[in-house]
Amino acid sequence: MNMWTDIFILGLVLTDFYLLATSRLAAVIQTTVFQALALSAFMLTMADRPWPLLLVFLALVTLTVKGVVLPWLLRRAMREAGVQREIEPIVGYSASVLIGMVLLGLSFIIFTPLKASISHESAFLLPAALFTTLTGLMMIVSRKNALTQVAGYLVMENGVYAFGAALAVEEPLLVEMGVLLDVFVAVFVMGITVYQISREFDHIDTDRLSELKD
Amino acid sequence: MNIMASIVHLFLALILSPLLMGIINRTKAIFAGRKGQPLLQPYYDLIKLIKKGSVYSATSSWVFRLGPVIGLASVIVAITICPAGGFGGMLSFTGDFIFMAYALGLMRFVTVLAALDTGSAFEGMGASREVQFAIIAEVVLLLGLAVLAIGTKEISLAGIYAGLWTNSVSSLGPVAVLVAFAFLIVLLTENARIPVDDPNTHLELTMIHEVMVLDHGGVDLAFIQYGASLKLWLFSALLTGIAIPLRTGLPLTDMAVNIIGILAVAVLVGIIESGMARLRLLHVPQMLVTALSVTVAALLWILR
Repeated sequence: MNMWTDIFILGLVLTDFYLLATSRLAAVIQTTVFQALALSAFMLTMADRPWPLLLVFLALVTLTVKGVVLPWLLRRAMREAGVQREIEPIVGYSASVLIGMVLLGLSFIIFTPLKASISHESAFLLPAALFTTLTGLMMIVSRKNALTQVAGYLVMENGVYAFGAALAVEEPLLVEMGVLLDVFVAVFVMGITVYQISREFDHIDTDRLSELKD
Repeated sequence: MNIMASIVHLFLALILSPLLMGIINRTKAIFAGRKGQPLLQPYYDLIKLIKKGSVYSATSSWVFRLGPVIGLASVIVAITICPAGGFGGMLSFTGDFIFMAYALGLMRFVTVLAALDTGSAFEGMGASREVQFAIIAEVVLLLGLAVLAIGTKEISLAGIYAGLWTNSVSSLGPVAVLVAFAFLIVLLTENARIPVDDPNTHLELTMIHEVMVLDHGGVDLAFIQYGASLKLWLFSALLTGIAIPLRTGLPLTDMAVNIIGILAVAVLVGIIESGMARLRLLHVPQMLVTALSVTVAALLWILR
C-alpha cells in the first residue's frame, strides 16, 4: 500500500513538471485530469482497508468534479475561445522547469525541520503537495493566457487538497465538500468569464486586459 | 565466475553491437511496411569501409586523423567498465562511473576536434549543436548515476547495478523508474536518434551528429560507425540494468536476460523512431531539461 502511495505522489510531481513544460492547452487540461486521478487514488491508499464508506464517496466526488466536470468546462471554454496553445509566456518553458526544480528543492527544505514530527509516508507527500501549490501559482504568474491561469488555479487547489489529505485522513466530510464546491463554482464562473471576454475582445490575453477602461 | 561473465559480456558487446543498428533499421522498416535491409547490413558496411582506402583533405591536420582512433579507443575503455545487468564490468574501481562519463566525453571531444579541423562551416555547426545538447545530457547521466549510488550506498558501477534490485523493491522502485526514463532520453540524445537527430537525413542544415563525420571516409568512417554502435550498446546496457528488475543469481540466465534486454532497447528505439518526428532544434534542450527535472525529483526522493 505504501508503494502505491509513493507512486501516486511521484505521479503528482511529474505531472507538475509536465504542466510547467507544455504549451498546449489541451495537454494542460488533460494533465489536470491525471492529477485528479492521482489525488483520489492516493486518498484511498493512505487509509487502511477496509475503506470507510465516506472516504470512497469523497474520492468518487473528487474524481467526478475534478476529473470530469471541470475539464469539460475548461475544454468547452477552450473550444469557444478558439485557442490551442499559449503563445508568449512571460517565463519560457525551459526556464519554468528549472524554476520548478528550485521550487521542489525549496519545498523539501521547508519541511526538513518538521521531519521528526510527521510520519514517513508523508515525508514526500507534504513537499509534493506544497510543490503542486507552487506550480499552480507559477502557472498563474508566468502565463498570459486566461485559460492556462484558470488551469493553474485548479492545480494550486489540487495541491491544497493533497495537503489536506496528508495531514488528516479523517478530515470532516463537510470541509472537503465545501472546498470542492468552491472550486467548482470558481472554475464555472471563470469559464463563463473567459468565454465572454473572448467573445467581446477576440482574445484572452490577460496582459491586454489591464489596458481596459470603462 | 563473475569476472568470466564480465569478459563474456565485453566480447559480446564487441561482436554484437553493430547488430543493434540492424535491429533498429529492421524495426523501422517493418513499421513502414518495407522489407528492409538485411539484419547484418551494418557488418557488411563495416567490412566494405575497412577495405577502402582513405582520402584526406589538404587543409586537415593530424588532429583529423587522430579523431576516429581515439574515439574508438575511449568508447572501448568505457565499455570495459560498463556493467551488464547484475555483473560488473571487466574493470571496476571506486568512482568508475565518473571515469566512464569522461571516457565518453573524450570520445565526443576528439570527434568535435576532428570536425573543427576540417574547417568546414557545416561541420563546425554540427559540432556546436552536439556540444550544446551534450552539456545537459551529461549532467542528467551523472546525476542519475549519483542518485543510484546514493540509493544503493555503493560508489562503483558494479556495486550500484548489483545492489539496485537486491534491496526491497518498494524503496528503490520509483527511483529506478525515474532514472530509467531519464536515461532513455539521454540514450536518444547521445546516440543521435530521433527525436533529437535523424540519422537518415542528409541535409546538412538539420543534421547534428552525422554532419560532423561528413569528411571521414574508409577505415576512419568504419571506426566512427563501430564506435557509435558500441556507444549505443553501452547506453542500452546501462538502461537495461536499471529497467529490468531480474537478478536470478544464475550467471547464464542473467546474462541471457541482459542481452535480450539490450536487443529489446534497440527495438524500442526503432519504435520511438517510427512513431515520432524529429523535434525542432529549439525544443531539444527543453526535452533534456525535462529529463533533468525527473532526475532531480529522483534525487530529492532518495534524500528525503
